[in-house]
Amino acid sequence: MSKQINVALIGNPNTGKTSVFNALTGLNQKVGNYPGITVEKKEGVCKLPRGVKAHIIDLPGTYSLNASSLDENVVIELLLNQNDKDFPDIAVVITDVENLKRNLLLFTQIKDLQIPTLLVINMADRMSYKGISLDIEHLEEQLHTKIALISTRKNEGIDKLKQLITNYKDISVKACLDIKSIDTNYFENLHKAFPNQLLYKLWLVITQDVNFGKTSRNEFDAVSDFKTKSSTDLKRLQQKETIKRYQYINNVLKAGQTIDASKAKDLRSKLDRVLTHKFWGYVIFFFILLTIFQAIYDWANVPMDLIDSAFASLSEWTKNMLPPGAFTNLISEGIIPGLGGIVIFIPQIAFLFLFIAVLEESGYMSRVVFLMDRIMRRFGLSGKSVVPLISGTACAIPAIMATRNIESWKERLITILVTPFTTCSARLPVYLIIISLVIPEGRFFGLGYQALTLMLLYLLGFGTAVLSAYVLNKVLKIKSKSFFVIEMPNYKLPLFKNVALTVIEKTKAFVFGAGKIILAISIILWFLASYGPGEAFNNAEEIIRTEYASEHLEEAEIQKKIASHKLEHSYIGITGRAIEPSIRPLGYDWKIGIAIVSSFAAREVFVGTLATIYSVGNDDEETIKNRMAAETNPTLGGPLFTFASGISLLLFYAFAMQCMSTLAIVKRETNSWKWPVLQLIIMTVFAYIVALIAFQFLK
Amino acid sequence: MQDTLAELKRGEKAIITDVSSFHIPLKLLEMGCLPGTPVKLVQLAPFQDPMYLNINGSHLAIRKETAAHILIEKVTNE
Repeated sequence: MSKQINVALIGNPNTGKTSVFNALTGLNQKVGNYPGITVEKKEGVCKLPRGVKAHIIDLPGTYSLNASSLDENVVIELLLNQNDKDFPDIAVVITDVENLKRNLLLFTQIKDLQIPTLLVINMADRMSYKGISLDIEHLEEQLHTKIALISTRKNEGIDKLKQLITNYKDISVKACLDIKSIDTNYFENLHKAFPNQLLYKLWLVITQDVNFGKTSRNEFDAVSDFKTKSSTDLKRLQQKETIKRYQYINNVLKAGQTIDASKAKDLRSKLDRVLTHKFWGYVIFFFILLTIFQAIYDWANVPMDLIDSAFASLSEWTKNMLPPGAFTNLISEGIIPGLGGIVIFIPQIAFLFLFIAVLEESGYMSRVVFLMDRIMRRFGLSGKSVVPLISGTACAIPAIMATRNIESWKERLITILVTPFTTCSARLPVYLIIISLVIPEGRFFGLGYQALTLMLLYLLGFGTAVLSAYVLNKVLKIKSKSFFVIEMPNYKLPLFKNVALTVIEKTKAFVFGAGKIILAISIILWFLASYGPGEAFNNAEEIIRTEYASEHLEEAEIQKKIASHKLEHSYIGITGRAIEPSIRPLGYDWKIGIAIVSSFAAREVFVGTLATIYSVGNDDEETIKNRMAAETNPTLGGPLFTFASGISLLLFYAFAMQCMSTLAIVKRETNSWKWPVLQLIIMTVFAYIVALIAFQFLK
Repeated sequence: MQDTLAELKRGEKAIITDVSSFHIPLKLLEMGCLPGTPVKLVQLAPFQDPMYLNINGSHLAIRKETAAHILIEKVTNE
């Protein structure tokens, strides 16, 4: 039989679920989204013994089947829907040997759905450190399952796990808890009303609809009307259920697990004493941030210079190799420079994702949340807002999705609204090129001025985010329960494989996502810049030659004048000059204006746009930077990118809301157009005013 | 007047006696915060809030206002 086995990986956060997924699938994985929602869907294929194949889904981490967020809800949606093509033949519950008791709660819930459920006890290599010993046979018998004791870190037990998945049909589907024991009357009635359905399933649907809002489960539609109890009563029953489950687990573990605390080596408390210290904790956090920025600036420079010049020569080479004509120009002047504008930032973006992945994997991020909660609360945020604010330095989109675990709606909404102020990686291209043009190269206490400027811009982003949160907290009148709970996981050395896969995958997503937009925009821009209406554009050569006839200019000089005349009278030039009056007070010319307008789709388009505009009709092999440095200011004379206009531009990009995708995500996460529209208007107006003041003050 | 978890001092141990079901979300119970469970205050964050707890081997951080709805009995150990 060639049927694939559907395997669902389920587990609490911080149990190494993703490591197991990576160990099983290797590079045979893809990441997408669940239809209609922005929850990440990770699937992969694993080859099992005897030529069997398994289709593996890595479900979002959850502490229980009682979902309290969109991500967690995905798990229950899948497990309740037998018609889903991904409905698992076998559920594999991943647990952490050090938190077995808590992890088993989820296991008993899934087991009670009568899906064959396999128990994986991960991090077995930690057992001797912690003085833990397990009686696997006893546990298997008591929990009616098979157990794979594995260590993804040491790569042990994976083959056994594969073997057990292959033989999934041998696993008993006996339930752990008799749900009727919670409230006999209630469940008898429920059973009478729906005799053909599994009671626990019915119970989940009822409580879920009450707690989380109704979702799409056609076959159970009638069930959710069967309440007969108030939601307070239901909640009380759920608490009773939880207590019963823990009693059951305690009984099982009493004989199955022994912990000799005297043998435990406690790295956690030693590290915690320093990392969450009321003074050193913050100092360390600050130094970690500093290192990240220095790395992004200094270490990434070498590969970036290489990429920049490679694209410049590639463009030149295409021009020479292909027959001359409009198509060649489109490639060499439109597409290649446009793409170069994004490829160049791969090194930096990869570094950023690398650091974030390491901070998350090591368990340090939770300590930062713990340290920052009290401070953040003063600004109407939660300690958990730190994670979106930090990962917002990579991209606001995953950052806004990362707000889902903030329990209080008001704190979450404020976090969503202010996150776009943090310096995302799309701003980085703009910042870097402008900084390198207008900030001198010297050093100050070993730190480059340029790196410091970048650091300041990041701090400015955070500062603005936090201050606007403070204002929003005062302005928004939303009543919402303040609640906060976070697990403090063990410290772990990040696994190279996990970190590498995250970095590769996120960078890829960023480059291809942005690449598509940039490709489309650079083609459009190239057309608009290469064609124009009327006499002024079509007879450019004649006009210029007559105008400069008496001056005996060299042929090259004449060609340059023709090119720039053409550009000015092309479609893009006409549009650009139409908007020029509104941006001139900020110190920009119409070309920057075009770049700003086109980067309303996505900020990183800015550099690509300028690259495309500047290379149209320009035959020299030049890097983007050199071309920008050569631009002159049409009204004031002198170089276009001065300290004043540069700072003004930096500030504009720091504050303006220029990212369609972020607006779309905010709409989706807040379920209303009100918030994204407000965000767009307020941020953009603010950016304009600040940039205006800066330029007028500095010029 | 019984003690609440919010009054626990650093390093002190206690047993949870009751959890106000109205104020405490199910999630916290599911993470192991149940009556009868031993609890230890590992660390207080700067400004004395939130609290970093070890609840029967499970390490969690919660805010003081939540902890105030959890009743405890202090364990005076040797």
